[in-house]
Amino acid sequence: MSQTMFDKIWDKHVITGKVGDPQLMYVDLQLLHEVTSPQAFEGLRENNRKVRCPDRNFATMDHNVPTIDIFNIKDVISRNQIDTLGKNAKEFGVRLAGMGSEDQGIVHVIGPQLGLTQPGMIIVCGDSHTATHGAFGSIAFGIGTSEVEHVLATQTIWQTKPKTMGIHIHGKLPKGIFAKDIIMGIIAREGVAFGTGYAVEYYGDTISNMNMEERMTICNMSIEGGAKMGSIQPDQTTFDYVKGRKYAPKKIDQAIEYWKQFKTDDESAFDKIIDFDVSDLAPFVSWGTNPGMSVPVDKPFPEIKNADDKKAYDYIGLQPGQTAKQIPIGYVFFGSCTNGRLSDLKIAANALKGHHIAKGVTALVVPGSREVKEQAEKLGIDQIFKDAGCDWREPGCSACLGMNPDQVPAGVHCASTSNRNFEGRQGAGARTHLASPAMVAAAAVHGHFIDIRKEAI
Amino acid sequence: MKPITQITNTTIPLMKDNIDTDQLIPKQFLKNILKTGYGRNLFYDWRYLANGAKNPDFILNQDKYQGASILITGDNFGCGSSREHAVWALKNYGFEVVIAGGYSDIFYMNSTKNGLLAITLPKDQREILANISANEEITVDLPNQEVRYKDHKFTFEIDPLWKHKFVNGLDDVAITMGYDEQISQYEANMPNFN
Repeated sequence: MSQTMFDKIWDKHVITGKVGDPQLMYVDLQLLHEVTSPQAFEGLRENNRKVRCPDRNFATMDHNVPTIDIFNIKDVISRNQIDTLGKNAKEFGVRLAGMGSEDQGIVHVIGPQLGLTQPGMIIVCGDSHTATHGAFGSIAFGIGTSEVEHVLATQTIWQTKPKTMGIHIHGKLPKGIFAKDIIMGIIAREGVAFGTGYAVEYYGDTISNMNMEERMTICNMSIEGGAKMGSIQPDQTTFDYVKGRKYAPKKIDQAIEYWKQFKTDDESAFDKIIDFDVSDLAPFVSWGTNPGMSVPVDKPFPEIKNADDKKAYDYIGLQPGQTAKQIPIGYVFFGSCTNGRLSDLKIAANALKGHHIAKGVTALVVPGSREVKEQAEKLGIDQIFKDAGCDWREPGCSACLGMNPDQVPAGVHCASTSNRNFEGRQGAGARTHLASPAMVAAAAVHGHFIDIRKEAI
Repeated sequence: MKPITQITNTTIPLMKDNIDTDQLIPKQFLKNILKTGYGRNLFYDWRYLANGAKNPDFILNQDKYQGASILITGDNFGCGSSREHAVWALKNYGFEVVIAGGYSDIFYMNSTKNGLLAITLPKDQREILANISANEEITVDLPNQEVRYKDHKFTFEIDPLWKHKFVNGLDDVAITMGYDEQISQYEANMPNFN
């Protein structure tokens, strides 16, 4: 019987149990951050337990960290959470990229960047955007704090094997259309729960032609469609990316030979298949309060079909029939584990070059990691943002969820390269509109979205 | 974890689909390093007005719903962020059972770790439960996998392992440590490219 890549990785990690029941799975790598780990370490202490494999865990601070004056955290509760991770990492012998460290950044940016993320692995983190790492041909998913504790103590996790879904993405990406538009387009068409209970694999010529950062953007938002795992089979692009990174395997050629087995035999192995043609795809912008509430930039917002739509329109302050061009943008956010990598910043900077953001717009640029920040500065990208009137900041999760001081004011519409437009996500009363970095850059300049396929910035 | 067998109590209907964990517990309450104290901030943005006063229109604030421990809700409950704080907040508030049309996978796993019984029932059955009076009780019977209200008897599915854990109040880590030998054996056979 033919197997998916997912089946093959899964089979290699089963310690006990049979398919259909919860199975005990080995975890190759756990990434930790300050928000979902303190209660897990506390649980170990209460029960006098150790971290089973400190070398298979890696911690950093990202959710809470300020993006200016990073060593002076004014919020005492945030500071306590950050300090607690530092103490826990030290006490339990877990590697830590602490505040100001050259390796620090958003967990889903630093894992790949450091070569910790590798094909064929099972990777977990107390964060739902862990699916990002699936872009390397791994099984990667978000877990809760009790599971974080369980993985720390045993390096394993109980999981029931999900069904598999193949998403066949094909066609040449039109000008002005990016990975972000693909995943937003899929979620807009299929809904925010189409992937629940499935492990998704993205494949097809569009995916094969993508670089690793584009692939990560797609896998990252799997959870917004309900799938806690989204992956792409590893190929030469993947191997070239991993090779030479800080924690990449030393015997890299042998590792690559091993990784090559993780391929889906054929489409018949999937429980379900979805087809997505990108040849006529338009730039997407979200109008509502979940990522499925998105439309192509040139299409009107939909009619109110139910109480949820009504609630979303009331919150967001827009009306059916309007288009994204009519959203008055007051705030702009470039960053997050979805679009905070170097290529994302390059795309935004290219769009902004020679322009200035519109009057009354506040624009924040938050690189996904310190390395991304430093590379961008080497290339002079920071200067393009600054010349355009943007605020160039230190790395972290920042205004994607506003746990640090970077919050969008109530009632203000924010064009954002992040992943969630839930009520209050970027700040109480904040109105989030998700889009690609190029679309967000154009919105910053004009004070409203434009169709970047047809209109010049 | 406290064992759960049978729960009889009043209900709170909140029949909205896609209630995400940002709504269950907003980010400003995730900074604590403890597992307790989240109940008062459950549904914070819906439950409190901008001035901090309770929103009288929100169902959790209505007198007749105080003390209810069974939440009746919509599809895809607990979607979005993986924060286990959402489950802690529901439990701290006093919820013992959620009856929804479905759950995000991560939320569901978190509920199994904290003794919050998350049951799935079809919409027509939930509609019946959502329309009973605030003072009427229903019974959730885990060993028999049934929700009972008057003459109605709705059966639900639950994985036998999770059921065993709920009914016996077992701690996951202790169970897994019983597999230590198998884990060590697995580790000894792993490929190593370093």
